[in-house]
Amino acid sequence: MSSLGELRTIALNARRSGNGAKEKNPDNLAAYLFLLPWLIGIVGFTIGPMAASLYLSFTDYNLLQSPLLNPPEFTGAENYLQMLGDATFWNSFRVTVTYVLVSVPIQLAVALALALLLDRGMRGLSIYRSIFYLPSLLGGSVAIAILWRQVFGKDGLVNGFLAIFGIDGPGWIGHPDYALGTIIVLHIWTFGSPMVIFLAGLRQIPEMYYEAASVDGAGKMRRFFSITLPLLTPIIFFNLVLQVIFAFQTFTQAYVVSGGTGGPADSTMFYTLFLYRIGFLEYDMGYASAMAWFLLIVIAAFTALNFWLSKFWVFYDD
Amino acid sequence: MTTENLLATPVNTGTAPTKSDGSGGTSGPSRRSSASYRARGRVFSTLKHFGLIVASLVMIYPLLWLVVSSFKPNDEIFRDLSIFTTNLTVENYVNGWNDLQFPFGVFMLNSTIIAVGAIVGNLISCSLAAYAFGRLKFRGRTLMFAIMLATIMLPFQVVLIPQFTIFKELGWLNTFLPLIVPKFLATDAFFVFLMVQFIRALPKEIFEAARIDGAGHFRTFAQITLPLMVPALATTAIFTFIWTWGDFFGPLIYLRIPEMFPASVALKGFIDAQSSSDFGSMFAMSVVSLIPLFVAFLIGQRYLIKGFATTGIK
Repeated sequence: MSSLGELRTIALNARRSGNGAKEKNPDNLAAYLFLLPWLIGIVGFTIGPMAASLYLSFTDYNLLQSPLLNPPEFTGAENYLQMLGDATFWNSFRVTVTYVLVSVPIQLAVALALALLLDRGMRGLSIYRSIFYLPSLLGGSVAIAILWRQVFGKDGLVNGFLAIFGIDGPGWIGHPDYALGTIIVLHIWTFGSPMVIFLAGLRQIPEMYYEAASVDGAGKMRRFFSITLPLLTPIIFFNLVLQVIFAFQTFTQAYVVSGGTGGPADSTMFYTLFLYRIGFLEYDMGYASAMAWFLLIVIAAFTALNFWLSKFWVFYDD
Repeated sequence: MTTENLLATPVNTGTAPTKSDGSGGTSGPSRRSSASYRARGRVFSTLKHFGLIVASLVMIYPLLWLVVSSFKPNDEIFRDLSIFTTNLTVENYVNGWNDLQFPFGVFMLNSTIIAVGAIVGNLISCSLAAYAFGRLKFRGRTLMFAIMLATIMLPFQVVLIPQFTIFKELGWLNTFLPLIVPKFLATDAFFVFLMVQFIRALPKEIFEAARIDGAGHFRTFAQITLPLMVPALATTAIFTFIWTWGDFFGPLIYLRIPEMFPASVALKGFIDAQSSSDFGSMFAMSVVSLIPLFVAFLIGQRYLIKGFATTGIK
């Protein structure tokens, strides 16, 4: 079961049983010892810092000041108000949301289509799978982002290909209308990891469903829409939720492709890149913390929306 | 900090019964035997393979071009975009190796140190936590488990600035510690989850037998559970390696002096030098930085791909 599936089960159980029947817990001491590193991590590096960044988002805090010797000054909602009027901020928000809404669905659709094409037992399956999967392992690296700059450069691979058809392509990376598109293409190029998850999902569908459907005279199309697709929806949903969450945090590709500037004309100023520049280049950690919390809220909202929408299309077998 | 790669995550390392590739659910044609049907199936199959081969080439071409270009003389890289060339040279590698403030080997070594530290940390801390979540009953288990799962989805930006402050106050900037120490505290919750899944799937009788033989929890963990969960540990090690090696954001903020740069941040030096037109060196060192990832992919394919079972699945 997926991490999402587990969370769903826990939530369902909590609703069903309330806080009833307390079970005996014979392993308390041993368990806490085993969990000690995790407990220190979760308190010291996750929950504590979350609370701290929430507080810092209401302060004026400079990267260079020591918070112990010189506590940050409380400024109320000033950072959030500043955000409202910050055109670069809203631009980065728009760029990132565009990226998420375009690249995630396309990437998942490509991944699903290829997973469906790669039949069980077909010739060359493992070779195709490896070739499609490899880019997703390398895709997040700086080296690939550097390569992308050249592939989509004025004299790059893409324009070399277009030249065969007599088309004189622009310098994609340097053009405000196209730069974001190149990063979207890079994301789609890494469809291998969701594809492999879809493949695993397809293999889990019990053979007898198809046999029973065939006996009942269901054709290929019917079997696909009545068996394959419904049983795959939890996996599509799982991929969708996680991909959206992670796409919002895209940094490396935007940084490298734009040379760290978010250019041209802020067209690749992704949210996280802007946050990095505010916090670590302009040292305005209070504002950066406010941006981080705004991001958390946006991501939570998108995730909640995804869960709500899932009622209409995700099929649960239980 | 390697969130974009977490996508590759829902792995269950072969705990679920992965069926062999032999039987076909959607591969229908074999069932019907009319000759025309078979012929149509063959045409379809040929078309499909043709499409898949074209798709494979499109996917792999940029990588091949990168590798071939890295062996081309500088002035030829953009003059001839094909991957077929006879004029090969290792000059780019020689130049690129010494193009930055330090020999590229220094950066590769730094990457290696960080990656090894992260792997050791994840293996120890995540397996300890996973044993507790997977095998033990204790107060607060459901709540803690839910928190652990939720942190998989937490955007790291929301803890970034306080974490940075902590490490700065500890005097850990320009050391590898901020990149390694959190791994010893099981902060990569995804791997905890992966191992919990694996431990749950182990036969209960084994643990029963260990208990009857009088083994305590630590012995059961070290001598029975760990050896059985080697596939999950291997998956963790490989993914940790790939993510840490590719990580850019963490080293970018914590390491400001060139001698501490890992390869990912060092490569940035080639784009910072905008005026330079030494694309050959840049390509060559890009290839060098990708080699360990590629090797990990080759060695770990079994765990990375074959092991991919369920998790997304009910």
